[in-house]
Amino acid sequence: MKLPCCLPFRVVKKMNRFEKQILLEGFGITAQEKLLHAGVLVVGAGGLGCPVLQYLAAAGVGTLGIADGDTVMISNLNRQVLFGENDVDKNKAATAALQLTGQYRNMHVDVFPEWLNNQNIIPLIEKYDLIIDCTDNFAARYLINDACMLMKKPWIFGAIYRNEGQVALFNPQDDNSVCYRDLNPELPETDTIPDCNQSGVLGVLPGIIGTMMAAEAIKWITGYGQTLQGKILLFNLLNYRWFNAEILPVPGSKKNIPRNRKELLTRDYAVSCSPVPHFSWKEALKRVENNPEKNLFVDVRNADENSLPDNFTCLQIPLPELKSRSSELAHADHLFLFCRSGIRSLEAAKILKKIYPTKNICNIEGGVLHAEAPFNRYYHESQA
Amino acid sequence: MQVNNKIVIRFFGMLIEKTGCENLEFPFVDTTAVLMKNLIQQFPELEKMKFAISINCKINTENQFLKPGDEIALLPPFSGG
Repeated sequence: MKLPCCLPFRVVKKMNRFEKQILLEGFGITAQEKLLHAGVLVVGAGGLGCPVLQYLAAAGVGTLGIADGDTVMISNLNRQVLFGENDVDKNKAATAALQLTGQYRNMHVDVFPEWLNNQNIIPLIEKYDLIIDCTDNFAARYLINDACMLMKKPWIFGAIYRNEGQVALFNPQDDNSVCYRDLNPELPETDTIPDCNQSGVLGVLPGIIGTMMAAEAIKWITGYGQTLQGKILLFNLLNYRWFNAEILPVPGSKKNIPRNRKELLTRDYAVSCSPVPHFSWKEALKRVENNPEKNLFVDVRNADENSLPDNFTCLQIPLPELKSRSSELAHADHLFLFCRSGIRSLEAAKILKKIYPTKNICNIEGGVLHAEAPFNRYYHESQA
Repeated sequence: MQVNNKIVIRFFGMLIEKTGCENLEFPFVDTTAVLMKNLIQQFPELEKMKFAISINCKINTENQFLKPGDEIALLPPFSGG
């Protein structure tokens, strides 16, 4: 290898895992050391999170935090390339951490096998220099935006829709900075924009967008090149259409951001996203037990998803069949809909509300993955 | 693309499905408010949708004056990850 004359050989040799990037003019040992001392929190270890984590670990980021309460599904594997067939049903954050620490020695990985919410986000993001939003829903995105604005933490945003992706970097440390609310001031209702589970995705798209997010992180940490700060980039996989635009501040856009930690703790982002009432498993179970004739659980997941225990009574109608089978629900007054994570059941609730405008139709927050779900092992352990 | 007395509109995400096109030449009007009103007349589904409006690669939600040849991009939020 031909070494740049400015670098002592012993330094390059010691860091030979990174020698190809150290060789880059303007990068060098200084940038590498910045990566080594950086702490980055990746929220969501799914389609975007996997490439972000892989490239940040490979580039030599010293500390990575991985937050995800979800478990691996077989249908994730076309794009979530840190996982394999043997990882199905395992927690994504823990599995990703195991994979990365197996690949690279001397890197520190913190695992948070939980969903981010308004109660746990502040203590979590406080520990990191940069937050990367790889989530798949608006409630989490606005929560991350608001918490990062409050704590003055820079964050990178990425999202995809069918064959297109978006990337942006927001830096609240800059007094004139814009935030996600300058782009989209109001939370869209959850079911108005489908996610990958509903609209489909080629695995390479989150691979490309996630890799661009990782590139933004590396550039922001090291100061190498120009970042997308204050801009949004759009990419279309089908025809390679690229577009980027500067985000200008919107007067009043920040008025909806909680003014302090206390206000954040009282803000329910999931409810803000949805006009459908949300119920916890605990509340719903109480109501169904009191009047099982009129209060009914409805599982809208597909038939091939995990089955429920025999002692749990509910009606199973997959979302695609809901309209044609809605008469099966005619006798009930109060419907408690659930799916895997609460997204499809929200869509189901809206469909049923049109058919039965006078019925009480509710969505169960977090679906079967929620820790309080009656058939969830964590719930049973805590009750024992 | 001929742009005299026209505005070029670029659609993204769900808006491509709702309008059936990625790019559209539209008769010139002098403000974004009038443009949106005319667009909604042609594509009624846009009325229910949320999107940011970019004028010549600057996103600004306030009503803006336009000039012939301006490029307007309509950028809906994406959710997937």
